[in-house]
Amino acid sequence: METITDNNWLLTVLVFAPLVGALIMVLIPQQDEQSHKQVALLTSLVTLGLAAFLLIDFNYGKAGVLQYFADAEWIEVIGAGYTIGVDGMSLPLIALTALIMPLVFVYSWNHIPEPGNAKAFLILSLILETGMIGTFVAQDLVLFFVFFEVVLLPMFFMIAVWGGENRRYASLKFFLFTLFGSALMLLSFLALYFLTEADTFSMLVLTENAGEGIARGTQLLVFAGMFLGFGVKVPMFPFHTWLPDAHTEAPTQGSVILAAVLLKLGTYGFIRIAIPMLPEAAEAWAPWIGLLAVIGIIYGALGCLAQTDMKRLIAFSSVAHMGFVMLGIATLTDFGINAAIFGMVAHGLITGMLFFIAGSVKERYHTLEIKRLGGMLAQAPRLGWILGFVSMASLGLPGLAGFWGEFPAILAAYEPAVGLSEKTFHVYMVVAAIGTVLAAGYLLWLLQRTAMGEPPAEFADDPNITDVSTTEWIAWAPLLFGIVLFGVAPGLIFEVTDPAVGQSLNNCITLTGCEVAEAAASSGSGGG
Amino acid sequence: MLAGIAPMFGAAEFVRPAIDWHAAAPELTLLGFGALITMIDIGWLERARRIAAPLASLALLATLVPIITLALAGDDRSMFNGGFVVDDYSLIMKATFVLAGYVVVLMSTDYIAEGDYWENEYYGLLLSSILGMILMASARDLISIFVALELLSIPAYMLVTWRKRDLKSNEAGLKYYLMGVFASAVMLYGMSLLYGASGSTLLVDVNDAVSEPASPSAVVVLGIIFVVVGFAFKVSAFPFHTWAPDTYEGSPTPVTAFISVASKAAGFVALMNLLFVGFLGRDDVFEPLMWALAAASMTAGNLMALRQTNIVRLLAYSGVAQAGYMLAPLAVAGTVPPDKALTASVTYLVIYAAMNLGAFAVVIAVARKTRSAEISDYRGLFHYAPGLTVAMTIFLFSLAGIPPLGGWLAKFRVMEALIEADTASGLVLGIFVAVNSVIALYYYARIGFGMWAEDAPDGDLTPVNVPMSLGVALTLTAVITVAMGVIPGDVVGRFTEVSLLAGG
Repeated sequence: METITDNNWLLTVLVFAPLVGALIMVLIPQQDEQSHKQVALLTSLVTLGLAAFLLIDFNYGKAGVLQYFADAEWIEVIGAGYTIGVDGMSLPLIALTALIMPLVFVYSWNHIPEPGNAKAFLILSLILETGMIGTFVAQDLVLFFVFFEVVLLPMFFMIAVWGGENRRYASLKFFLFTLFGSALMLLSFLALYFLTEADTFSMLVLTENAGEGIARGTQLLVFAGMFLGFGVKVPMFPFHTWLPDAHTEAPTQGSVILAAVLLKLGTYGFIRIAIPMLPEAAEAWAPWIGLLAVIGIIYGALGCLAQTDMKRLIAFSSVAHMGFVMLGIATLTDFGINAAIFGMVAHGLITGMLFFIAGSVKERYHTLEIKRLGGMLAQAPRLGWILGFVSMASLGLPGLAGFWGEFPAILAAYEPAVGLSEKTFHVYMVVAAIGTVLAAGYLLWLLQRTAMGEPPAEFADDPNITDVSTTEWIAWAPLLFGIVLFGVAPGLIFEVTDPAVGQSLNNCITLTGCEVAEAAASSGSGGG
Repeated sequence: MLAGIAPMFGAAEFVRPAIDWHAAAPELTLLGFGALITMIDIGWLERARRIAAPLASLALLATLVPIITLALAGDDRSMFNGGFVVDDYSLIMKATFVLAGYVVVLMSTDYIAEGDYWENEYYGLLLSSILGMILMASARDLISIFVALELLSIPAYMLVTWRKRDLKSNEAGLKYYLMGVFASAVMLYGMSLLYGASGSTLLVDVNDAVSEPASPSAVVVLGIIFVVVGFAFKVSAFPFHTWAPDTYEGSPTPVTAFISVASKAAGFVALMNLLFVGFLGRDDVFEPLMWALAAASMTAGNLMALRQTNIVRLLAYSGVAQAGYMLAPLAVAGTVPPDKALTASVTYLVIYAAMNLGAFAVVIAVARKTRSAEISDYRGLFHYAPGLTVAMTIFLFSLAGIPPLGGWLAKFRVMEALIEADTASGLVLGIFVAVNSVIALYYYARIGFGMWAEDAPDGDLTPVNVPMSLGVALTLTAVITVAMGVIPGDVVGRFTEVSLLAGG
């Protein structure tokens, strides 16, 4: 398969730049908190600069081809290579990661969570960044697995050390759930290695091979292993139970990273690995994925309606939103998967923003209990309006980014790939549409209870309740801008992702004849 | 080497076997230094104490020299009709034993000196135990395997009881001794059956004899089972692990590190010599046996580790589970290419040695301040010993198999071998490994959580004083543990594909 190897040092530098920053910070004494914050912010800005260069330099005419492709030997004995590259599918997610991290560091400037120790906190954040970007550029299954897991430890400690009351339970639960999934995922990767003729972990080769020569029953099992690994991370119903706990207990920055990027590792795994490599099994599993996705949508929404804690409510809304993403993926169409990628980016911006707001509310009111909050618009009008704005984006108001994640996913379910039962997916479509109504319900209700009305007596004269501060403005403005920008011009993302999605789906058609292409073609190009 | 024992009693003329001095150089060097340390003690008495530890370090580093020159020479050597073999596999294991021994000496230096224990005897015995181990790596003969085993075990029995005024140490030694000799007896009985069936003590001859369809099957099967069970005690596989927790807890901690790593590895080496050279033709017998031992060890070890409150006991049970992972590739040894299974187990052993020794080094360092090995005393470690905390985190999560730390590669190789077997039993064992990794993570992560996220039990934040030699041991093991995971190609490149010379 064609690849472009120009400037292929760029990705390596991009992936490891945060790690270099972390190593520098190891040498700075712990007391010097200011230097730590500066180095961390600077490192993430350098990374953002590199990502910006990547965005400019990227050959958009060939978005379906892996660019900046590098392939070096790494662990020869197990046939694992240091293979990295970027195409239109991963580019938006890399940009999202590079954007979120500086904002997290800006926010950290005067919000280092209890019990302090900026050094350790910021070092862990930088390691996280390396792990996340690495996962999006890896083009070798073993490399992917390693980066996928590198993310685990820092996140565990972030929740465990800087988390809330119940952090012990939440952090362990997060860790055990994800590790369980990824252990089985590793088994599947190994099975793929041995079952294909090529004996390779190269994603390119495995995608081209598309499961040829593997018995159908085995394909189904191997796909199931990946399904567990990625599904836990997404998280799909019924593996989602770690998410509300982790989100609720994590410090604000942890929640933002978790919502904005970590959850995408799972969905990205589906579209990058599971589906293109085993299209036949994907087709067999798709109705079940779709079913779990719509259950997730409804369950997440109902869960939101029942929450009394604002952060927990946002966490449950993640379950619902990722349900839409998974529904898009389950249709196995060009259109649906494009929508899914858009949904990932949109959810990253919107839910990341919601968690920032929740963090600020917690800081001002020292509680997130919805019952006790109220009248934010009166006391901190800008904060209240931002909450209102982001809630609108989250419920999928046309013109804002959230819309383009949900609406096309629902639409794609009207016409799933050939070979999938239309009737089933029509039912899913209807259920998902009901989900959007429920989403409007819980978000508006949240807004009504927290922002409208008179401030409750206990906070009425509280001097702590101030409006949005400067650091908060700096940290939030890019996200708010992104929500509007991609809402008005969704083509910015669709045009990048579409060729890559088409490419990965095309491979499976030419080899297995599952004729997804026709379906994709007839459902129209996703480029809106 | 004693293949000819019967003719010797006949009238046959004794022919002096040719001796390859280079091949025997590691053993001879270590033997020389061990004797020297003991002699100096006799001559100089108290004055010898100061130089005991440096001399022991020197002995081990000197032993590395011929191991390296042999590796550079690169050719396989064999002596005594193939009873003593030097190949890449044996050299890797020798280097591992010697380096592990070196780290143990570093860990012991201050511990033994400050505890007012006998020093020269300690190091003399330690060296002779290591001598037994490196001999084991080359042994391809039932008798030399047995002699090597006793040579490495008997000093270890004494080392375990080194804190002789401590009842727990006595209990530890007695248990270890009784279980050890019981295992030896069972194994020796098995060996005698195999000798009876094959008429030779050379493993290659044993393999020829047991593989023949006409061989008396019941005797062979019983022989194999007894021998394997004997070593199952040595590697503390379930259900033959019962000595381990008490022995680990009662021994001086450096000795615990030594028996949990070096002695266990030696047991594995013996087991692999026997399986791959002696019994490979009878994989129908040993594969199910290994399967059961592996599955039971990892599951039972992990489940019992969950309930521990003492870190040494926890490491003992986690060691049982780790033994299970190492046994797993042996359960498909006859199905996949034998090199594959062997490489998986060897890689696991080497990485396990680094990370487990490191964990014990932290235990020793922390105990210098807290005088305890209770897990609850690790709470808040991060607040007064961040360096030790990071090191312990690396070791624990490496044991759990989290990338990019060394342990993941070890587990990966095991899984790889199991999947490659492409049999239902291999796959099921692979799932056992996967599920057990998650169970194990719980107790490793719990310690990690306590160290990082909780407050020190009594608010005492005085830093831990880590003496230099212990610091070197910690750095060495930590660097190896990380490097094995990140750039294994460069670190383990030399022994990426080990094969085992049958001898003869």
